Amino acid sequence: MNAPNKSGWKPEMTVAEDGLHNGPETTTGNRALMLEEPLIFEIGHTETTGVDLPEIDPEAPSRLGSLTRSEPIGLVGLTEPETVRHYTRLSRQNYGIDLGFFPLGSCTMKHNPRLNEKMARLPGYADIHPLAPQNSVQGALEVIYELGDWLKTLTGMPAVAMSPKAGAHGELCGILAIRAAHEARGDAREVVLVPESAHGTNPATAAFAGYRVEDIPATEEGRVDVAKLKERLGPDVAAVMITNPNTCGLFEKDFREIADAVHEAGGYVYCDGANFNAIVGRVRPGDLGVDAMHINLHKTFSTPHGGGGPGSGPVVFSEALEPFAPLPFVRKHEDGTYELVEEEAREESRGQTFGRMTAFHGQMGMFTRALTYMLSHGADGLKQVAEDAVLNANYILRNLEGSLYAPFADSGPCMHEALFGDKGFENGLTTLDLAKGLIDEGYHPMTVYFPLVVHGAMLIEPTETESKAAIDQFITAIRSVAERAKAGDETLKQAPYYAPRRRLDETAAARKPKLSWQEPEG
Amino acid sequence: MRYLPLTDTDRTEMLAKIGADSIDDLFVDVPEVARLDGPIRDLPMHASEMAVERHMKARAAKNLAAGDAPFFLGAGAYRHHIPASVDHIIQRGEFLTAYTPYQPEIAQGTLQMLFEFQSQVARLYGCAVANASLYDGSTACWEAVAMATRVTRKKRAVLSGALHPHYSEVVRTMAHFTGDVIADSAPAIQPEPDLDGLTARIDEDTACVVVQYPDILGRISDLTPVAEAAHAVGALLVVVNTEPVALGAIKAPGEMGADIVVGEGQSIGVGLQFGGPYLGLFAVRDPNHVRQMPGRLCGETTDAEGKRGFVLTLSTREQHIRREKATSNICTNSGLCALAFSVHMTLLGEKGLRELAAENHRLACLAADRLEKVPGVKLLNNAFFNEFTLMLDGKPAREIVRDLADRGVLGGVSLGRLYPGVEALEHALLVAVTETTTEEDIETLARELEASVKEVAQ
Repeated sequence: MNAPNKSGWKPEMTVAEDGLHNGPETTTGNRALMLEEPLIFEIGHTETTGVDLPEIDPEAPSRLGSLTRSEPIGLVGLTEPETVRHYTRLSRQNYGIDLGFFPLGSCTMKHNPRLNEKMARLPGYADIHPLAPQNSVQGALEVIYELGDWLKTLTGMPAVAMSPKAGAHGELCGILAIRAAHEARGDAREVVLVPESAHGTNPATAAFAGYRVEDIPATEEGRVDVAKLKERLGPDVAAVMITNPNTCGLFEKDFREIADAVHEAGGYVYCDGANFNAIVGRVRPGDLGVDAMHINLHKTFSTPHGGGGPGSGPVVFSEALEPFAPLPFVRKHEDGTYELVEEEAREESRGQTFGRMTAFHGQMGMFTRALTYMLSHGADGLKQVAEDAVLNANYILRNLEGSLYAPFADSGPCMHEALFGDKGFENGLTTLDLAKGLIDEGYHPMTVYFPLVVHGAMLIEPTETESKAAIDQFITAIRSVAERAKAGDETLKQAPYYAPRRRLDETAAARKPKLSWQEPEG
Repeated sequence: MRYLPLTDTDRTEMLAKIGADSIDDLFVDVPEVARLDGPIRDLPMHASEMAVERHMKARAAKNLAAGDAPFFLGAGAYRHHIPASVDHIIQRGEFLTAYTPYQPEIAQGTLQMLFEFQSQVARLYGCAVANASLYDGSTACWEAVAMATRVTRKKRAVLSGALHPHYSEVVRTMAHFTGDVIADSAPAIQPEPDLDGLTARIDEDTACVVVQYPDILGRISDLTPVAEAAHAVGALLVVVNTEPVALGAIKAPGEMGADIVVGEGQSIGVGLQFGGPYLGLFAVRDPNHVRQMPGRLCGETTDAEGKRGFVLTLSTREQHIRREKATSNICTNSGLCALAFSVHMTLLGEKGLRELAAENHRLACLAADRLEKVPGVKLLNNAFFNEFTLMLDGKPAREIVRDLADRGVLGGVSLGRLYPGVEALEHALLVAVTETTTEEDIETLARELEASVKEVAQ
């Protein structure tokens, strides 16, 4: 950190009381390759720019009416070398799949192939406008159609909506179609049933769509309690939302029976497809009675998570729900041309559609990546993906069940993720402490405190793109941290020691939120 | 299989450790009815990198890329030059392959970037606080309406007729299910937006008024009177911006009294990409409204050694904590697009953004002057930034656009496509001009438009 700094802020190097960092203090606060980096607002200037543009001609004619922006905006700039260095330094404070094992349960952090990136950047995909005349973008429409075909075939479902922007948006798409279907019959159902173990997006989505949410209880083995669910079904239940494989890492083996019961009671079955990676190419959800399911292309189909998106959440539909699917969509004509069906053709093509849920037609940049990935793997490779993902997770489960409490170890094999709890930790040590200890060992922690059905939950999803050696090393590392937690090792409470930051005060952040840069006073 | 590290020997050893005879033993919980006897049929088998590349390139080659033709499309997605370093940075694996920053000690890169991004957006919009992004401008628009109904506890949203019709459609779709009441109309074909007509529709039950700036016809006007009319009855003003570059030249919505400002951030750093992924921007002027905001927020704090650091904060608004009581169901947002935006904005800085805006406006003025000279073509707008509406003398704009494409010119967006069935708009063509447009492109469009208007029948 050698750049000028107008606020005077300077990173400080302190020596930890436990003596773990007992090297000499450095003048800069840097530690060799670990370089501290100020905010752009501390190093940039409003008169600096990294882009060469023509100077403004104050005499130039203006058609802006009286609306010229005269007040300072307060946006600082950096030249290109400063910009590249700023973000490169920031990047090095991040953990990513490219760097190491990232077993975040229910997130499917698999390798992101670079061919995907290269294909998405072809100008024929990256540099075309969403409203370009359709005769000029036939290849792009073909890609959307082709990807939709893959998704339909892999899931055994007859219809697909490509426009949802991410998983939760896909859930919304499915639930809105369900609501439209009930409305079309004049059936004003008000309740959506969601298991306690579901992702928070499920109840939030149902509520966002105007439904009341009720919990479905789970059995002791970690699956939906079918008897209790059947008891609750009735004329007020619009749908059930079930994640399969579920967030305890188990296949809902009674799914078909549940689906039949829901259908008999006049409801629909929404399947959260977040965990599709466990069964892709091996099981088709359509065979299990699903009416709608979203697929996270940024999980199963390897498009990068990008530090929190963008995602893509296409939804496959049963025949019963297809008429209610959203606009726009791509259809293929007999002459081999493709058409983007928009509002204009609503009546003749999909008169009962629930409408439009985003400005354009979905995450094209994710479609090209996902299709590239599917073509690379093929039907045989995708089946192997599911098998290796499940094999890796079971290997972890069986290797760790002696070291960590595994509440559902006797419920049969797990699918693509293994679930543990914090039972047996001593001295007030928690799941969070174990997670931070794993950071020091060079790992991104697993998902913690989710699902809510297990105390101090730890959900480990290795994915199929890890080698056995990498998994063996992880097992050794997490075992050692688990042993420390069970022995009540106090030092774990202060972990991580070796990350770019020690534990951050989240309470202070929420109590007095500082959400935007303010110039220091004086 | 190039992406799968396990060997057959590994698999055998691992199955033995698990105590399973075969992989099928791990899928025993799958019901009989759903078991398959091999790879799913009707799909191709795996393919080499080279073969896949060939497949994808063949389809890409069938599209006319914007960079390969004189290009004038806008209407919510704009083509700007993106500096090479933007793409370099977003492809760094530490950004590209990271997850949502749930473990802040090893995600300071993403978190500091988000704090900077939020600060940039807030300043651009003239607001106090921006969030860490939503999916796109249209979903941000609905989220703003939903937030306004929470803040005001009223259910009626008044939409300007000159709001992007896809945005209105998204709001209408959602409102149908939530029971919110939407009052909107199509834009009137006139040189100035009908703000009096808009304010006349505001009443005591109104939660918010939603106005686009610049609007769908490219018009710009002072929204202060709309803000005053909304505030007089306790309603919020929501301003939607689909072209952030404009805000380098024209007043910030926050300066005119907007309470919630949302928009599409695609213009800065993200690229066209046939409609997505894009970048939803969301900001509020009053910091007291922060707890009603949707989506993730990044905040400053300190670590156990007193060093400054950043975390996701105020999570009790969000679905993973609050479940059905959350302010929104959003989880994954547009993190990497936010990074692209932030890098591009950092390269520009205030000086660059103002120059970029001025260059867009200069070329747009040139284009408007030139195109107005085409026989049968009239410019509708009094004021505009980089996009304006042309009236084509009774000729159908959709056919003109298709005809221009056949002539190798991507000449604009026909309002007939955006407003099917609205007769008055069938003869209107929306033309966008950016710094990527050359004077030669403008001349080509003028020449081909003249020919097209002559040849295409009424």
